[in-house]
Amino acid sequence: MLTVVILFLCFAILLYFLLGGADFGAGIIELFTSDRNKNRTRRTSYQAIGPIWEANHMWLIIAVVILFVGFPNIYTQLSISLHIPILIMLMGIIARGTAFSFRNYDAIKGERTQNLYNHIFVYSSFITPLFLGIVAGSAISGQINVQATTFMDAYVYDWFNLFSIAVGLFTVALCGFLAAIYLIGESIAEKDVKRFILKAKVLNILAFVCGGLVFLAAEIENVHLARWIFGNPISLTAVILASISLVLLWITVNKGKRFIARLFAAFQVSMILLSVGYRHYPNFVLIKGGANLSLLTDHATDKTITTLGTALLLGSLLILPSLFYLYYSFKDRNREED
Amino acid sequence: MNDFIAARSQMALSLGFHIIYSCIGMVMPVFMAVSHYKYLKTKDEVYKNITQAWSKGVAIFFATGAVSGTMLSFELGLLWPGFMKHAGPIFGMPFSLEGVAFFIEAIALGFFLYGWKRFNKWFHWATGVLVGVSGIISGILVVAANAWMNSPSGFDYVNGQYLNVDPIKAMFNDAWFAEALHMTIAAFSATGFAVAGVHALMIYKRQNITFHTKAFKIAIAFAAVAAILQPLSGDISAKDAAKRQPAKLAAMEALFKTQTYTPLVIGGIPDTAAKKVNYGIEVPGLLSFLVHDNFKQEVKGLDVIPKNEQPPVAITHYAFQLMVATGMAMMGIAILYFIALWKKRSWLFKKWFLKLFIIATPFGFIAVEAGWTVTEVGRQPWIMQGIMRTADAVTPMPGIQYSFYLFSFVYFTLSLAVIFLLSRQIKMVPELYDK
Ligand code: HDD
Ligand code: HEM
Ligand code: HEM
Repeated sequence: MLTVVILFLCFAILLYFLLGGADFGAGIIELFTSDRNKNRTRRTSYQAIGPIWEANHMWLIIAVVILFVGFPNIYTQLSISLHIPILIMLMGIIARGTAFSFRNYDAIKGERTQNLYNHIFVYSSFITPLFLGIVAGSAISGQINVQATTFMDAYVYDWFNLFSIAVGLFTVALCGFLAAIYLIGESIAEKDVKRFILKAKVLNILAFVCGGLVFLAAEIENVHLARWIFGNPISLTAVILASISLVLLWITVNKGKRFIARLFAAFQVSMILLSVGYRHYPNFVLIKGGANLSLLTDHATDKTITTLGTALLLGSLLILPSLFYLYYSFKDRNREED
Repeated sequence: MNDFIAARSQMALSLGFHIIYSCIGMVMPVFMAVSHYKYLKTKDEVYKNITQAWSKGVAIFFATGAVSGTMLSFELGLLWPGFMKHAGPIFGMPFSLEGVAFFIEAIALGFFLYGWKRFNKWFHWATGVLVGVSGIISGILVVAANAWMNSPSGFDYVNGQYLNVDPIKAMFNDAWFAEALHMTIAAFSATGFAVAGVHALMIYKRQNITFHTKAFKIAIAFAAVAAILQPLSGDISAKDAAKRQPAKLAAMEALFKTQTYTPLVIGGIPDTAAKKVNYGIEVPGLLSFLVHDNFKQEVKGLDVIPKNEQPPVAITHYAFQLMVATGMAMMGIAILYFIALWKKRSWLFKKWFLKLFIIATPFGFIAVEAGWTVTEVGRQPWIMQGIMRTADAVTPMPGIQYSFYLFSFVYFTLSLAVIFLLSRQIKMVPELYDK
């Protein structure tokens, strides 16, 4: 059962990254859209994410619940050491979720209020994945310090370091990229399609640059990222597959095969996560000095894991079919309505 | 403000904020399903408008409920790591099932809010019902988790170790039934009275009378039944608390001395130092009767509880009185409503009658907040009754007061925003739905 629970955890994190990420990305793209086109972008992204954003964000809740029920040591260690970035991320989540629904459900669409919601929405769309990435980066950076004696060492330098921040920026770029690819498929007008393709290209380049930053920061901070990724066959294969799918992605985009392009984008990001994740599996949180927290040893008692696994399996029987139906039902919404 | 107090205040604030949205999230889908059903059956456009107007309002509440709930699942760890480390695996069962229920709710909500005209009308209706059902189930599940804190079970506590963990047993702990019942009824009466009050105000102002009367009737039907059941279920809760948590019951009733023929004290100002209640009205023997079903039997007072295990008496007592007072008022109004319905139809449009409902708009939510204060403050100093102290569970991180200020600011702003948006929606009713 432990394997089932771990698979669900990875699955939830991956899906949150892909779906929630595309969702954040929509806001990030809005942030970098010229005023002239903002309204169109906004409408496209509202149509695309409106019905599904609550469901997308449930993956985060599922991941958190799995962590605190199944891996309480991991959950509490992260909560203590990364209190501050988690707090900022939460503020981002609350601002973003409410601004998104306020701007759509405000009965009077006044210019000033709409502007305010838009500002909150786009900035929090940037802050949230940035800090999400920082939290993730810190978990594997090996900077989490459980023996610290000063406030800064115990609660700040765990995450306030070049590596974590670079991972945060990389996350932002990937989210934007995912969203651009997603929105290409949601647009109707040739003009919009072109615009999103251009955005996807720019973000793709940005993601490369940030990826480079991550490696650079890793070298400076003594995180053995290069060794993790290139030092074992599985991670290496994953990286190669990611690169191939990137090429295929652009070929399919240019051919106008929007749905397949999305699959390649998702596949590419999954491979990036796999290549980093594989090497330190089963360690989930790397601690300064080496007493790492591992999914295989730092879990709750077997009985808890068994019930948790059963609940997840039964739950997914209910959830997955209806979720697919939801995506299926709303997938071509934009094109229908125009 | 010290870190411990700040952490408790932040938790109380976040939960007190979330509970409003979760009550609405549980109950409004049910109201919408009823008016939607009436529309589908009678083809009366007014019901369709009511459903759509409500669903727009509810979308705001849902988003706020979802984000504040997300906060909570992180705050449990951010503020109480010492607790979650041990409690997570034991009381996690309801949370994992709750995760499933929320997921289904979120999916159904997507279908419902964006599905007008897209789907078979009965499929669309059913997705709305599903939102309500999964909301109620998730409410019951979280409350089961809270009940476990009041009545920890499903494990053996040996020398500081938590052994033989059984999550299923923990979920069905002794307290869950009474708490879940009382809470579910409370959600209906609180949301029902609030919604009925808003529509009563509009009728009072003679605006869109057909629209608001129909909406009022749906809301008050549920609210009135719930308000009458509430004190009955409260009695079960009190009997339960007396068994499990005599300290909490004693604090609720400000009962300093263990005694037979125990009186019920109504109102009054507890004086903890002098161990007595000033200016209260005593009804002899009533507390014995409420707790044990006879006027004689002894009820335990605070004197049998060690000093360092006593909850704050004044807050718990005032909160309890406030809950019971608003509860009784709502029950009274509910009874009047039924009299009006069956015997005095003319009352229904009288100004004084509408005024009652307008005044009672916040009563249910006041009672909910007060009730949770009773439950949570009455459990102090324990976070896990009899096993772990709240002070031992708090995060080691200093500076929590800043986080508390931040949360206060955010929740305050959000509350203002929600009120602002809601008032704009109500203002737009004539233009949107009244042709
Ligand atoms: C509309 C709301 C409402 C109303 C009218 C009442 N309550 Fe209540 N009460 C709640 C809403 C609530 C609550 C907020 O839902 C609580 C908090 C925890 C819980 O399970 O329910 C609660 C808790 C609660 C508890 C503590 C249970 C525990 O800690 O285990 C007791 C003893 C009562 N109630 C008793 C009553 C009585 C005797 C009432 C008579 C009128 C009453 N309540 C009306
Ligand atoms: C520590 C306590 C709690 C935690 C961790 C918690 C967690 C959550 C989360 C994560 C959500 C968002 C789900 C979504 O995205 O739809 C949520 C919403 C909700 N919660 Fe809570 N919750 C808590 C307390 C409560 C209580 C006490 C109740 C009810 C009695 C409740 C009832 C609900 C309901 C009905 C919703 C869905 C309604 C809505 O989205 O507005 N919760 N909660
Ligand atoms: C939504 C309804 C709820 C409200 C309004 C509420 C209210 C409160 C209040 C007022 C406190 C502070 C008590 C004090 O420090 O004196 C508190 C503490 C706490 N509550 Fe609740 N509560 C609710 C539901 C829950 C649920 C469902 C859970 C968990 C499953 C929970 C877990 C906690 C924890 C962990 C604390 C901090 C520790 C403590 O003070 O004992 N609460 N809550």
